[in-house]
Amino acid sequence: MSDAMLNEQVEATKGKMVMNQIPADIVGESPLHHADLETLASRGQDQGGVHLKEKSLQGLLILRAKPDEAQMAEIESVLGVALPTTPLTSVEMAGGKGDVSVRWVSPDEWFIVVPATVAFQLESDFQTSVSGHYSLVNVSSGYTILQLSGDNVVDVLKKSTPIDVHPSVFPVGKVVSSVFAKSGAMMLRRIGDNAFELIIRRSFADYIWLWLQDASMEYGLVIEA
Amino acid sequence: MLHIYCPHCGESRDEEEFHPAGQAHIERPKDPDACTDKEWGEFLYFRRNPRGVHHELWVHAAGCRKFFNMTRNTQTYEIKEVYKLGEQPSVVAE
Ligand SMILES: [Zn+2]
Repeated sequence: MSDAMLNEQVEATKGKMVMNQIPADIVGESPLHHADLETLASRGQDQGGVHLKEKSLQGLLILRAKPDEAQMAEIESVLGVALPTTPLTSVEMAGGKGDVSVRWVSPDEWFIVVPATVAFQLESDFQTSVSGHYSLVNVSSGYTILQLSGDNVVDVLKKSTPIDVHPSVFPVGKVVSSVFAKSGAMMLRRIGDNAFELIIRRSFADYIWLWLQDASMEYGLVIEA
Repeated sequence: MLHIYCPHCGESRDEEEFHPAGQAHIERPKDPDACTDKEWGEFLYFRRNPRGVHHELWVHAAGCRKFFNMTRNTQTYEIKEVYKLGEQPSVVAE
């Protein structure tokens, strides 16, 4: 196939390869929908050492690329922030097209979180503005985000993961992929002195929800809506 | 439990996050049709099993999911070094 024909085909499919993952007529449900955290938040205790809040139904995207300088700049112009290239770091920015945060996952992989309503636009912008070889996949339905905070949050993490979360080696903004309660594929990021973000797979959500309730029981678990 | 340094993440993690993936530096015959049954059989099935320094392939399965090489003493479990794919070990058996 000639280059001209190939370019024509690429042009013809631009925009069409991106599918809006939020159809107008379907209401999204978090993998913890059955736990009814809102009711628990209104009826449960409001004092305790561990606070849990689900940041459900966000726009989650996985970017795979080995960007050169030019592609790096194009990606930055679309995201509004530069990709973090230092291992185990993350960046976030409020405002602009919407809150965006980017986590380093591996030398050629980043995990991007944006508001659900922005994800489709972001994918479309990548299509039109980023050249070269890369892969951007919307994985919004595959994960959910839990925010854990409180005086005893570190105690719960110590029971759950082999990661050393002491502030001297795990500062705010650091992100790791590791195991959590023996389940794989979770991402842990420090978002405050006593606050962490946990990104877990959909299929493990119920198990980790049950685990967290059990592990937090001795400190008191406060559910926040 | 081993404490393993991942050269991609740039820090040490617990063995729980890793999987061993066998002997390192196994080169696939460039032209499988041209090699003898012996050469092909040795590539597929025959592995070293040394007592002492050994070069192994590991994957940071629960972390960055990247492969890397490790030089390890199979007798003492001491990890001599880790290095990325394509690199050569600086510590070798005597
Ligand atoms: Zn790693």
